[in-house]
Amino acid sequence: MSEKLAVNFAGVQFKNPIVPASGAFGYGREYEKFFPLSKLGGISVKGTTLKPRNGNPAPRIAETPSGMLNSVGLQNPGVEHFLNVELPNLKTKDTVVIANVAGANVEEYGEIAAMIDKSEVDMIEVNISCPNVKEGGVAFGVTCDGAAAVTRAVRRATSKPVMMKLSPNVTSIVDIAKAVEAEGADAVSLINTLLGMRIDLKTRRPILHNNVGGLSGPAVFPVAVRMVWQVANAVKIPVCGMGGVSTWEDAAEMMMAGASLVQVGAALFADPYAAVKIIDGLENYCDEQKISNISEIVGTVKPW
Amino acid sequence: MQYFQGNYPIISKKTLAKEIYDMEILCPDVAAEAVCGQFVNIKADGYMLRRPISICGIDKDKGILRIVFEVRGKGTKAISQLREGDMIDIVAPLGGRGFELLDSGKKAVIIGGGIGNPPMVGIARHYGKNATVISGFRNASAVILQEDFAKTGAEVILCTDDGSAGRKGFVTNALADILAESTPDIIYACGPDVMLRGICKAAAEKGIRCQVSLEERMGCGVGACLVCACRTIRDGQEYFAHVCKDGPVFDSKEVYPNE
Repeated sequence: MSEKLAVNFAGVQFKNPIVPASGAFGYGREYEKFFPLSKLGGISVKGTTLKPRNGNPAPRIAETPSGMLNSVGLQNPGVEHFLNVELPNLKTKDTVVIANVAGANVEEYGEIAAMIDKSEVDMIEVNISCPNVKEGGVAFGVTCDGAAAVTRAVRRATSKPVMMKLSPNVTSIVDIAKAVEAEGADAVSLINTLLGMRIDLKTRRPILHNNVGGLSGPAVFPVAVRMVWQVANAVKIPVCGMGGVSTWEDAAEMMMAGASLVQVGAALFADPYAAVKIIDGLENYCDEQKISNISEIVGTVKPW
Repeated sequence: MQYFQGNYPIISKKTLAKEIYDMEILCPDVAAEAVCGQFVNIKADGYMLRRPISICGIDKDKGILRIVFEVRGKGTKAISQLREGDMIDIVAPLGGRGFELLDSGKKAVIIGGGIGNPPMVGIARHYGKNATVISGFRNASAVILQEDFAKTGAEVILCTDDGSAGRKGFVTNALADILAESTPDIIYACGPDVMLRGICKAAAEKGIRCQVSLEERMGCGVGACLVCACRTIRDGQEYFAHVCKDGPVFDSKEVYPNE
């Protein structure tokens, strides 16, 4: 791996800018049966809560045109399991480990961040945008005050780089991004899934047991590019872009819009090697375009 | 266990019944790893999510996997339009837990309902004459795989709901008759939920071990995305297991504890 793809994001060194997105990659154990995790820039692990969560009943997934809805509901084994079992394993994999956390209330966010602060995690991504749980999650992500309060609580609890993961289901994602920046967030990541719904014509029931769920996949890509561009132009902290990225071209487009790190989620379900192919594609792109480091393209879109 | 993703040639394709297709895929690396009860996750042209299809046969010498599947919607329709000689994009072999096969001298009852029949052929082959296969379908036009079951040496009881082929009635009726006279060492089943519940209840009443193969809408197919949740009881607690990784085969007591 050459230095062409190496990026520094919020003070953390990544060997390349491609990171499997939280919820799409578990704790890496499954995809390691396809390729070594050291290929990846980093891993954003499954959303982790203070206590284990069982998640929502099935069906939790529905296919949509060029995308999918999910309503997993933050099923996870809890932060202690993450710290004691998954993190020691991940730290042997030679890749950046991003903890992804969600709380039921502001205090809980602070509590989890404090527990992770003492660990070997490289960065904390704070989920204030999960559309699939009643308590917590998106409740904080849709108002500036809520987003600011969570950021403040996490900021007080940890000296690790903090990245706030933003919801697209808001009137102005720019205002939310500014609110978390003002409270000391080191970075923002966006977009989480767009709230959606599908109905089975025969049964007249929603396909998802949770009735509604989060839309991801290529269908949301243009929305994500637009929001990344708007946010990158409005804040000084770095932006991690995600939402429907499936190819290296998508990743490069996301970076030109202003993302200095890119996460890949649903694309992994269509092709388990999607992230690896994106990394290889970006490397070739740098070679062909004589780009000495991929960071050079970040935010270089020339708007009309 | 290693997972593979790749494009492999379809070396034969047959139509077994209306909208039910039989394909053989030449994939030696996958066949070498595959075990009875696992599945393959198949790319459907034009769709993002893959379609999980159970493995019907594994020929490790020839490096061939056989799948038999029914067209259920647009994705499986697209897969059914692939022809002999075409390449098929699969992720396989998947499923953290296949059927647990006892010593082949043990007595097994193997029950398939409709498109739940294909994964049972491999078990019948293992137990041979020590197995009784109960193979159920809606009607005569839906009947598949009877020659394959017969070749294993197992006793085969064909049932149709309307009596248009074999014995009239549900597989659970045939099972009740068997259990009235004998006690097999294990029961295996794959088919509709209502059928599985009936079988698990009958097995529980006689204290016979029972393994069931389940299906659920899937995302990654490998256990990372957690969408294929299945309600189970673990240590007395409710737990959403995942069909792709924790299954697709489960002990009946885990998934139907009250039957």
